[in-house]
Amino acid sequence: MDLPLFRHNRPNRVVTFDEYREEGGFEGLKKAFSGMSPNDVQQAVLDSGLRGRGGAGFATGRKWSFVPRDLPGPRWLICNCDEMEPGTYKDRVLLEHNPYSLIEGMTLACYALGVRHAFIFIRKGYEKAAANLARGIEEAKKAGLLGEHILGSEHSIELDLHLSAGRYICGEETALINALEGKRPNPRSKPPFPAVKGLWQGPTVVNNVETLANVPAIVANGAAWFKGLALNPEGAGSKLFCVSGSVKNRACIELPIGTTLGDIIDGACGGMRDGKKFKACIPGGASTQFLKPEHWNLPMDYDTVVKAGSRLGSGGIIVFDEGHCLVEATLNLINFFARESCGWCTPCREGLPYVKEILTRIENGRGEEDDITILREHVKYLNYTFCALAPGAMAPLDGLLRDFEDEVREHIVKKKCPLK
Amino acid sequence: MIPETLKTSLQARVASAITAREAAVDVMKELQAHYGWLTDEAVQEAAALLGLSPLQVEELATFYEMIYRRPVGKKVIHVCDSISCWCADCDKIIQYLKDKLGVGLGGTTADGMFTLVPCCCMGMCGDSPAMSVGGVPYGRLTPELVDEILEAERHKP
Repeated sequence: MDLPLFRHNRPNRVVTFDEYREEGGFEGLKKAFSGMSPNDVQQAVLDSGLRGRGGAGFATGRKWSFVPRDLPGPRWLICNCDEMEPGTYKDRVLLEHNPYSLIEGMTLACYALGVRHAFIFIRKGYEKAAANLARGIEEAKKAGLLGEHILGSEHSIELDLHLSAGRYICGEETALINALEGKRPNPRSKPPFPAVKGLWQGPTVVNNVETLANVPAIVANGAAWFKGLALNPEGAGSKLFCVSGSVKNRACIELPIGTTLGDIIDGACGGMRDGKKFKACIPGGASTQFLKPEHWNLPMDYDTVVKAGSRLGSGGIIVFDEGHCLVEATLNLINFFARESCGWCTPCREGLPYVKEILTRIENGRGEEDDITILREHVKYLNYTFCALAPGAMAPLDGLLRDFEDEVREHIVKKKCPLK
Repeated sequence: MIPETLKTSLQARVASAITAREAAVDVMKELQAHYGWLTDEAVQEAAALLGLSPLQVEELATFYEMIYRRPVGKKVIHVCDSISCWCADCDKIIQYLKDKLGVGLGGTTADGMFTLVPCCCMGMCGDSPAMSVGGVPYGRLTPELVDEILEAERHKP
């Protein structure tokens, strides 16, 4: 299997430094330092079509290109390992099996961006991943692959871990920057964008774990190779899908971009659990809209999923069967977002608890026809915020009202949850 | 008052930071480990170490889920109630924990051993329902497994 991310994985243990190197690890780094300019590395990532794997799906090479080249003073790279999007556990699985792809990828990204000091921002609860990374960083330093004068060159790159204390909003890139600076992690207003003014007011790139872990293979094997991994012409590379909910095997698997939803569920996940029928799924973590049975053969690729009315997001697929009430599922999601709102923007702070109250009412058989209209208005109003938390929270609600309005109305008409 | 050794190691941590307050979360965690929770005294001490006002430490301390600004039991149980755990009937596990421990959410057992709080997604969705006890994650919970875990955690240091 030549997919880049999981090919070094061993069952139930972390790959060793020597095993990683024997299997072609750090070849990308050696290649870059022995004949590629920083621009070459950046161009390879741009040409590869790699898109941000954290959820937003923004083109990584383009993000890197926004960093001004001529600003004096230090610039920064931050790896976002604040994986708290409900239904998402891919970065944990990756780092618990292999910290080296990320370390190598970050070193390459630093080289491409002219960064001397980078941070990995790790959520609370991922202590095992953090320990693997801490050990990996020391091993890489000893081998001359990180730290002072990498591979005898004039380039020196330092990698530090920041262990957070738990809060979903820290995964928002500007909140993450505040958190790293030791400030209260409310998001910042943009512009200025982090690429221009981020950490300590310096140019800053924030990338997800999986995104950066893809960089070594892109540099080693070339942009065309990476693009060719996808099953559909618009896509590029592989994706980690982490599946939960009503499937037989709740698995985190690496598959080519463009694998269909049905192949993910019926293939690696062994189909639906207990012979249940697929009702819907959330394809990319809590802030994405529902996909329905008609999307069974949908290729899981960024643009294709957007065209189908949702987003590929983080690749955290949560599968619901016919026994799941989607009003209650949405209520659970809204409850999460209401609790995790940082309180900075009024629509988010005040709006989410109100939406939660209405959904609770509907679920408990006390909803009224007007409630549907009020919910629809909130889908619009909750966009007026600094960051994407509230708009993200509205995605499943919007999907519920769009695709399952009948189910919502049934609650109101029957004055009870039809599935209870 | 914190012991001199802890103070020295925290001072070293702050000195190694790019700006002092960058070390704020580490300092709060260490003080919490010492006191069991982030006491008013700890907030004052953190502020002095970091060159911040106590209010600036307070606004950080109250933000983070895993910094406790009120007394907690010896071990805090964070039980996930996010969507993947909901799919795996976490409501039943949460109810079981409440009944077994005889506390509501946010409560501490009479013997001061456990505090029970709900938490957001732990990244254990493949092994839901999930909880962590004193920072140790546990998945695929059943009432029987919860019994075993709590019994073992009760006797673990």
